[in-house]
Amino acid sequence: MPQLNEIIRKTSLAPGIVRFDLHCPDIASHAKPGQFVVVRRDEVAERIPLTIADFDAAAGTIVLIIQEAGLSTKKLCGLERGERVTDVLGPLGQPSEIENYGTVVCVGGGVGAAPMYPITKALKAAGNRVHSILGARSKDLLILEEETRRVSDELHVCTDDGSSGTRGFVSGKLAELIASGVKIDRVWAIGPGVMMRAVCDVTRPGGIPTVVSLNTLMVDGTGMCGGCRITVGGKVKFVCVDGPEFDGHQVEFGELLKRSRMYADRESRADRDHACRLGLKT
Amino acid sequence: MSDSRKTGRVDMPRQPASVRVRNFDEVALGYSEEDARREAGRCIQCKNPLCVQGCPVDIDIPRFILQIREGDEAGAAATLKLKNSLPAVCGRVCPQEEQCEKLCILGKKGQPVAIGRLERYAADRETAAGQGSRPGPAGSRPAVTRPSMASPTGRSVAVIGAGPSGLAAAGELAKLGHRVTVFEALHKPGGVLVYGIPEFRLPKAIVEQECDFIRSLGVEIRCNYVIGRSGTVDELLRTGFDAVFVGTGAGLPYFMNIPGENLNGVYSSNEFLTRVNLMKAYRFPEYDTPVHVGRNVAVIGGGNVAMDAARCSLRLGAETVHLVYRRGREQLPAREEEIENAFEEGVRPVFLTVPVEILGDENGWVKGLECIRMELGEPDASGRQKPVPVAGSNHILEADTVIMAIGQGPNPLLTLTTPDLKLNKWGYIVADEATGQTSKKGVFAGGDIVTGAATVILAMGAGKKAAMAIHKYLQQDRP
Repeated sequence: MPQLNEIIRKTSLAPGIVRFDLHCPDIASHAKPGQFVVVRRDEVAERIPLTIADFDAAAGTIVLIIQEAGLSTKKLCGLERGERVTDVLGPLGQPSEIENYGTVVCVGGGVGAAPMYPITKALKAAGNRVHSILGARSKDLLILEEETRRVSDELHVCTDDGSSGTRGFVSGKLAELIASGVKIDRVWAIGPGVMMRAVCDVTRPGGIPTVVSLNTLMVDGTGMCGGCRITVGGKVKFVCVDGPEFDGHQVEFGELLKRSRMYADRESRADRDHACRLGLKT
Repeated sequence: MSDSRKTGRVDMPRQPASVRVRNFDEVALGYSEEDARREAGRCIQCKNPLCVQGCPVDIDIPRFILQIREGDEAGAAATLKLKNSLPAVCGRVCPQEEQCEKLCILGKKGQPVAIGRLERYAADRETAAGQGSRPGPAGSRPAVTRPSMASPTGRSVAVIGAGPSGLAAAGELAKLGHRVTVFEALHKPGGVLVYGIPEFRLPKAIVEQECDFIRSLGVEIRCNYVIGRSGTVDELLRTGFDAVFVGTGAGLPYFMNIPGENLNGVYSSNEFLTRVNLMKAYRFPEYDTPVHVGRNVAVIGGGNVAMDAARCSLRLGAETVHLVYRRGREQLPAREEEIENAFEEGVRPVFLTVPVEILGDENGWVKGLECIRMELGEPDASGRQKPVPVAGSNHILEADTVIMAIGQGPNPLLTLTTPDLKLNKWGYIVADEATGQTSKKGVFAGGDIVTGAATVILAMGAGKKAAMAIHKYLQQDRP
């Protein structure tokens, strides 16, 4: 029997992108698409929010897909099978509103393909006609292509360098779809802030309802710190308890992008110090 | 002895302000044995002690003080723990000047007995003597610190929230023979004791010892479990718990709803203190969590939390820390001791002032506060003079970090998923004051989630009262 929060399986999906299957039975049995967890790798680690990329209540496992970005994600990705993540809290946030909307487009940019996947799966199961658009910088960074294909009616792939699918951004692909006359009832977009903003710019003229899932800085994830606050439709919302999904046309992305840079200088300092510490050990 | 009764209480040594402002070590250093016996000697052992009436958890105060005077420190600790599971905490953070010490008869003509300092002394001595709270192998615990335990009742109680009310309720229920599981959302138990109150006022090792003591009574504490998300109250009642105590506190930060509050460098006091205390950002980069403290910090508010945030800012290297408060010095709601400590350390008060906008630079960072001056008008409903804006008094206060410490509200995660739990119009749980009984059968509540943000000891008192009521409920409600 695995320990709580034990890594049952570790898979490398792409350079710098790792998939963990974690033994978290209570979270797995309560999780719904769109929700997230807050993890703390070890006693000195930060608490960071990570969207649940899949869950299996029967097996008692949840899937987290993590891209090495800063110090905390790098250290997390360094864990191996059989090791434990010290703390995993969840499921947190409001679940996605899954229903039969008609035709939906699910846009996953970069590692955003991971949180997009369980929502796509649920939308498909609810009877929607699902177009998925997956984007990455290049072919080797593209993740969950086969999994997404299985739960979509149509899959469109694009890469910045054209090494797989069409060359270009996901927002461009979505604009093409709209221009081709496909009637779209709702769009989901998950990925970097600039990508979600670009998608919203594309869907705004036609008034296509667009849901975005925000991944902001957070400490507790339960509404206690307010560090994740963001302006939506002129009102302050907490991503952890009011979100993480919001009406993309109402989100103030400029503020979101600036707030995400709050610790940029400290992060690089911690990163450097960490590299030094690692250097001492070897 | 009679001399010292007249001359006033024995001082407790503190780190000098110029030294302590550069570290996070505890400010107040505690009594020596000699200090404690001298101070204990000031107590005149009243036949009808008024001090006990001021104690929310009914500690036999004259008795534990007499035990200190007679050198029976273990006995003093046992007397405290009979009524209070967390004496080392309460000795430090209780507002004794508003409670037991306020009623001490010596206070009528001179200074009251320093009951809080003596409580702290007894608790710390017990820990130091190794008789303390760490559970050892079976039988290794000295009987003196272990309160008498009732035989197991076979009933189970879920306690939600490992803060002061939850821990107090858990300790009492365990002593009464019930099986207790505490569910805590954060990764460490203690609630405000670990995320809010800074190390220099309440060392976290002490909170850990007190939590270990609660565990040694047989209580299981499950962290990383948020009721309202990882499970619900109804699930707990369905899956084997006979009663539930809700002590989820007042953890929702209030903001002022003025322009600029989402600029970088603006924190809720909750976030700022959680980063510093729970996540140990003051030891960054040894700990990974960062906190931003600029050169000029403005803390908005005048309570204990505002003082804590201001004093942390100084220790984290801020050049100036302004405490911006809408009323005057006399109206500051913080404890006098903390106000004096803060000002002595260099926190600069800006009274009768309210920010109306937070100003930012082109990169989205705070650069200042636009404030207006206030004057005190007629008393409001609370009896305090209401601050009234002075027309045309707008001015700029330079600041690159702003911390909002204007209060907290009830967190709705649990209550939203427990629809049959009656709330008042502010979202607090409606519960009987004497018993903690809520509108839902088998569910009791106490602490800040019922009263709104109050003190550690009031929350503990509510937890204890609810524990007694739950005990009674379980005796009547046999399956």
